[in-house]
Amino acid sequence: MLQILSSNTPRSTAKSREERIQSKARMLVDREDRCTAGDPFVENPRMSCRNVNVYYGDKQAIRDVSIDISENEVLAMIGPSGCGKSTFLRCLNRMNDTINICRVTGELKLDDSDIYDKKMDVVPLRARVGMVFQKPNPFPKSIYDNIAYGPTIHGLAATKTELTEIVEISLIKAGLWDEVKDRLDQPGTGLSGGQQQRLCIARAIAVGPEVILMDEPCSALDPIATATIEELISELKQHYTIVIVTHNMQQAARVSQRTAYFHLGDLLEVSQTDVLFTRPSHQLTEDYITGRFG
Amino acid sequence: MNNQKPMDIVQAGLAKRYKKEKRFKLIGLSAIIFSLMFLVFLFSSIFLNGYKAFYQAELRIDVFFDPALLDIKDPASANFDALVKKSLRTTFPDVKKRKEKKKLYGLVSTDGSFQLRDMVLADPALVGQNRSVWLLADDDVDMLMKGYIDRNLPQSDRRISDVQIGWIDKLIDAGRVKFRFNIGFFTNGDSREPESAGILGAAMGSFYMLAITLVLSFPIGIGAAIYLEEFAAKNRITDIIEVNINNLAAVPSIVFGLLGLAVFLNFFHLPRSAPLVGGLVLFLMTLPTIIITGRVALQSVPPSIREAALGVGASKMQAVLHHVLPLAMPGMLTGAIIGMARALGESAPLLMIGMVAFIVDIPAGITDPATALPVQIYLWADSPERAFVERTSAAIMVLLTFLVLMNGTAVYLRSKFERRW
Ligand SMILES: Nc1ncnc2c1ncn2[C@@H]1O[C@H](COP(=O)(O)OP(=O)(O)O)[C@@H](O)[C@H]1O
Ligand SMILES: [Mg+2]
Repeated sequence: MLQILSSNTPRSTAKSREERIQSKARMLVDREDRCTAGDPFVENPRMSCRNVNVYYGDKQAIRDVSIDISENEVLAMIGPSGCGKSTFLRCLNRMNDTINICRVTGELKLDDSDIYDKKMDVVPLRARVGMVFQKPNPFPKSIYDNIAYGPTIHGLAATKTELTEIVEISLIKAGLWDEVKDRLDQPGTGLSGGQQQRLCIARAIAVGPEVILMDEPCSALDPIATATIEELISELKQHYTIVIVTHNMQQAARVSQRTAYFHLGDLLEVSQTDVLFTRPSHQLTEDYITGRFG
Repeated sequence: MNNQKPMDIVQAGLAKRYKKEKRFKLIGLSAIIFSLMFLVFLFSSIFLNGYKAFYQAELRIDVFFDPALLDIKDPASANFDALVKKSLRTTFPDVKKRKEKKKLYGLVSTDGSFQLRDMVLADPALVGQNRSVWLLADDDVDMLMKGYIDRNLPQSDRRISDVQIGWIDKLIDAGRVKFRFNIGFFTNGDSREPESAGILGAAMGSFYMLAITLVLSFPIGIGAAIYLEEFAAKNRITDIIEVNINNLAAVPSIVFGLLGLAVFLNFFHLPRSAPLVGGLVLFLMTLPTIIITGRVALQSVPPSIREAALGVGASKMQAVLHHVLPLAMPGMLTGAIIGMARALGESAPLLMIGMVAFIVDIPAGITDPATALPVQIYLWADSPERAFVERTSAAIMVLLTFLVLMNGTAVYLRSKFERRW
């Protein structure tokens, strides 16, 4: 729906309530400064992004986004669907490289190294910036092999014992150890959805990342599994920097310290989570969190 | 608006809908039955024509391994033909006229002398002894015994004369005729004599050819598929390559034969009639199919698996080799086996490169002259002797057995290695 509006013809003939709201929404962005409201920048960031633009072919999906991500925080990204949350998230570990027509400009830094530098090797980058996907995607292999794969290809374990140790620690950290310790040799695909997603988190943890990106990790899960994952995220933030995309505002409120609101490719607001949900600085943020569109 | 309730309208239309559905099902079912009937007809006619080729008539002849005829020093080059003739004459002492003698000799296959030679070579002590030996009957005798020759026809209309029938009846009465399993059909090469013609030469030719085809086309085809699907930049050039591969897959096989003739024989001067060249031609023919099925198999691997691998820091190569390829392998193997099955049944391109020659020796390597199973079928189908008719069908059965085995393997592999995700 919102995509229609990105063309420049204002739909004055629009009849439905929804469309009226949306055209109003569009006009608001056009009028107001697109500059990000709130406080997108922090001191000593782990990752910093400046003027990031992403294009799919001719179509621009992300417009001039600047934001910092600090150490050991959970940053939630919310926004209506199709606004570019996943696209932006996938820039942070260059998963967008797999899409041919995708082009990224601007500056993205992990500590002080430029992520999109020609000399940047994506293999260690993705080990440092791990990813958990929307749909649980364990390898069709045993639970053990799922976790062991990453450490094996990176050569993190010198011996089999070390590898087994990594597997165990990762599963413990992901809160899955007690449920699977007796069946490590069984296929990971045989677990329940929530367990699979925690397996994927364990798999990401196993290579010792500094940042973990999660793209709507709970959208395919039932409420109980979701609650487990949310608890897990709260625990993981002590050791990792986490960026989580979610369409569930309650979830963002529950797990994150800061929240970023994306709107049609623009980053409109980044604030402390409690501030954003109680006193949003941007009119559109307010419209979105009060459920007037989305 | 009419005053009918919507449910009533739905009810009224239901019967018609179900009828339509039923009719559609019936049409589908009858199509299947129709094609099944043809299949049954085809298989049963092949079987009925061919099953008798698996056994063969033999005659028991008393042989005196006459030292006068057999040179002790070099039995291999002795005149065993004369020995067979002499034994036949002693069995039927009242045959005196030259013409009749010739007919008498015609009862036993020309292979009979080789049988005797092999016996003597195996056991030289036989020389000077009497033995009762089962010798292969001539194909005409075999045909008469199997009921393919009508005794009521006038003599001039059949390949076997009245006197010969008389002798055969005598032999039958004396219990000197029997059928035995036709091992020779599976262990001999081709022959001008139907009774000693076998399929092994052609089968070996096919085997060498397919081995070459498989060894070349599987790795090259899979490599090409992986490159095109996973690594090649998606641009005009890859588009053109893709279109051309699809076109190549549709090129008639005889064109590949002509290509083989021009390139492998005339330019590279590889040996004519050799499985090497046949294998190369079939490799060219199967390659596009294997590339296409390989790409389809790769495409059917869910992208989430690639992302999962890349997400933990696997390089593109590792993601493909460790995760995508194993999942695509069953599909690729299926494609390769079906391609091989097609290659096994192919005859047209082989005619072009001289594999249609009459070759008696069983090929011992990829450069020996050879023929292939389908070509052997073609050659036998073209032969005038009645006994070749059943051999043609028998050879078809052998070929079909291989094809069914290969397709069965494909199905088995698919179900065994297919993993769910
Ligand atoms: N692979 C792709 N090719 C082309 N356009 C894409 C692709 N992925 C996403 N887009 C477009 O980019 C925009 C942002 O998509 P996405 O980042 O997936 O949104 P979100 O995750 O916020 O729902 C959408 O308009 C979508 O149509
Ligand atoms: Mg998304």
